[in-house]
Amino acid sequence: MKNSTLTGWGIFILFIITSCAPKGSDDKASPFSDDVASKVYVAPGQFDEFYAFLSGGFSGQMSVYGLPSGRLLKVIPVFSLDAEKGYGFNEETKPLLQTSYGFIPWDDAHHPELSQTDGVPDGRWIFINGNNTPRVARIDLSTFETVEIIELPNSGGNHSSPFTTENTEYVVAGTRFSVPVPQKDVAVETYKENFKGALSFISCDPVTGHMNVAFQVLLPAFNYDLAHSGKGASHGWTFFTCYNTEEGHTLLEANASQYDKDFIAAINWKKAEEYVKQGKTHDFPTSYYHNVYDDNSHMATSEQIKSVKVLIPDECPGLVYFLPTPKSPHGVDVDPTGEYIVGAGKLSADMSVHSFSKMLKAIEDKAFEKEIAGIPVLNYDAILAGVVKSGGLGPLHTEFDATGNAFTTFFISSEIVKWKVGTWEVLDRAPCYYSVGHLMIPGGDSKKPFGKYMLALNKITKDRYLPTGPELSQSAQLYDISGDKIQLLLDFPTVGEPHYGQGIPASLVKPKSKQFFNLADNAHPHVTKSEDQAKVVRDGNVVRVYMTTIRSHFAPDNIEGIQVGDKVYFHITNLEQDWDVPHGFGVMGATNAELLIMPGQTETLLWEPLFEGVFPFYCTDFCSALHQEMQGYVRVSKKGSTVPLKWWTGSSK
Amino acid sequence: MKNQFKIMSTGAIVIAMLLNGCGGSSEQKQASEEIKTEASSTVNSNDPMNNKGIGPVKSITLGTLDQAMADEGQKIFQEKCSACHKPEEKFIGPAPKGIMDRRSPEWIINMILSPDKMVKEDPIAKQLLMDYNLAPMANQNLTEEQARKILEYFRTLK
Repeated sequence: MKNSTLTGWGIFILFIITSCAPKGSDDKASPFSDDVASKVYVAPGQFDEFYAFLSGGFSGQMSVYGLPSGRLLKVIPVFSLDAEKGYGFNEETKPLLQTSYGFIPWDDAHHPELSQTDGVPDGRWIFINGNNTPRVARIDLSTFETVEIIELPNSGGNHSSPFTTENTEYVVAGTRFSVPVPQKDVAVETYKENFKGALSFISCDPVTGHMNVAFQVLLPAFNYDLAHSGKGASHGWTFFTCYNTEEGHTLLEANASQYDKDFIAAINWKKAEEYVKQGKTHDFPTSYYHNVYDDNSHMATSEQIKSVKVLIPDECPGLVYFLPTPKSPHGVDVDPTGEYIVGAGKLSADMSVHSFSKMLKAIEDKAFEKEIAGIPVLNYDAILAGVVKSGGLGPLHTEFDATGNAFTTFFISSEIVKWKVGTWEVLDRAPCYYSVGHLMIPGGDSKKPFGKYMLALNKITKDRYLPTGPELSQSAQLYDISGDKIQLLLDFPTVGEPHYGQGIPASLVKPKSKQFFNLADNAHPHVTKSEDQAKVVRDGNVVRVYMTTIRSHFAPDNIEGIQVGDKVYFHITNLEQDWDVPHGFGVMGATNAELLIMPGQTETLLWEPLFEGVFPFYCTDFCSALHQEMQGYVRVSKKGSTVPLKWWTGSSK
Repeated sequence: MKNQFKIMSTGAIVIAMLLNGCGGSSEQKQASEEIKTEASSTVNSNDPMNNKGIGPVKSITLGTLDQAMADEGQKIFQEKCSACHKPEEKFIGPAPKGIMDRRSPEWIINMILSPDKMVKEDPIAKQLLMDYNLAPMANQNLTEEQARKILEYFRTLK
């Protein structure tokens, strides 16, 4: 009896061992072949196939994940301070957060957008918008660091942003809230008369990526929600959704939902360029900041700009057309061919798909319903390509795969619906947990989607994870979309709200990833290129410490002659010239943060000692077996003390 | 002196050098002497001068001292190495003074170019890591040409 049971177990174990054998030869025979875990399993030491860049929403940052594993690779600080990296705390990055309102330590970041060449993500840069104090940031994908932030004049809530054109000629930035332009003190009731909606076209230098507000188009006081640019045939146009065409300024929940149809504003930006060239722009006085970080000087600088070029549609025929779209359209997404413009009426069940070629014909035939502020409203029936009868509720956003399918999120019915572009036939649907907003297919908003995976970016997780008190994380859910049926593979909590995302094959980014900064190229004004140049310099109450780090000591590591009331700048250069050897710097009583200095880089921490005494400093980033020995002391004497300024490492000077 | 003995005795266990896949890490630039990269025969001797180390450089022939090259080497040493090495006294790492009498030129260059590999696989480098309290030698990503110039500088430190 006992023996036969054991034999039975033996056979069972043998069976398990056999079926767990390495895959490949007889995949279908495995009882685990339907196990989705194998589809997201990336073995230790192996790399993911895709990078996914997800916004952190109101965290103001952007996080980088690997797909399909969902592994978190990095959180890139963009609009919010990050004490871990010293971002916004060290002297070098502070200028990045300068605005016309002063230093702003936070923003609400929604839409990452990869730079494109010929309509395809090229892996050079990724842009992201700041909503609250309207800004656009550019992140360099060789360093994965924020290298530029530009503020937007005449804007209030930069939401329809920063969507790119086919060759990153422009990233756009439409204002969600209309505001008085230029700003002035007026009664809110004068909304219709005094408020305007500005759509900004930010040009990007094709080599450096440097941004410049090339021109703005001043539109009626609607809310401009999302945007996408044309591609292929429709290259040269950008489409913005508008809601609140009722021009309400209070209780929008009800007042902005009166009309059956709002609009998609189609902007002919090539025409705009002609008008700019002809001098049809008005120079509006304003004030906004442009902040650029330089990888050689390792510093950001700020420039204040006081004027912006504005185009008025009434004076520029052919510049703007309104495409009527039911009902409070949210997302506007252009299919890979550039022919179809999908408007997701968030308060309707169906989606209207406009035809770009029909739109051109309607313009030619002057098939207009009316004009608003000199802008022709095209005839709805003349431009409609089809309607997707989805059966879902609250359509928000659409992305595309490489084989002619579209995938649309539905917030209220919490699902993604797959449909066929051209026939508008619904093919499949998959639930989301819960309340999906955007979705992301790698390259899914480009001319050549990479397909394979889809991420649902969810607002609510409720019962999905172990509870963590009143505040719960948001989440991303990964689906396999390579087959006929959508298959849920994985869900993982995210850093902040993953409002929107972008995905790109790792092969387009990984080879360009920088390993360290060449010390010889370091052009920081306070660099210390070798240990024998380390020094401490006093100028009045400003003391500059020119310090170096290498495994595992600081030079100097003993400093005397600092006084209460001094402003001590630690300019620290990391002399290491190897990958993955940053050094950190923390000094007792610092009211800002630590420094985290990459190899070859110089960073500066301001320290203002309040008391007499001797204060330790140390390396915060575990750098070697002698990391715990990497420390030093600063002696602080009373103001006016005769203790001489001295510094040394190893032996007293 | 004690260290010297330790290194010598450990040096007896020179492992068979695995030469495949070690080369080509940096651009091969010819200095005044020829640096050969073909595989040299396995060394098995007590004499550390016969240990060529593990790294891209397999054989160096030294000519007469090139002072201009040594001067350039001194400059590079100052920038990239002096945080841990003083020419004539022990600091974080050993002093290079007299190193030409203690180590083969190939070993020195390989230690500069691939310290990570050396402290894992080369018996002398392993012992040095222990003797210097586990302070790892940093890989400063020098080119072979730069390392060769530093070697020329070391020839002047007698």
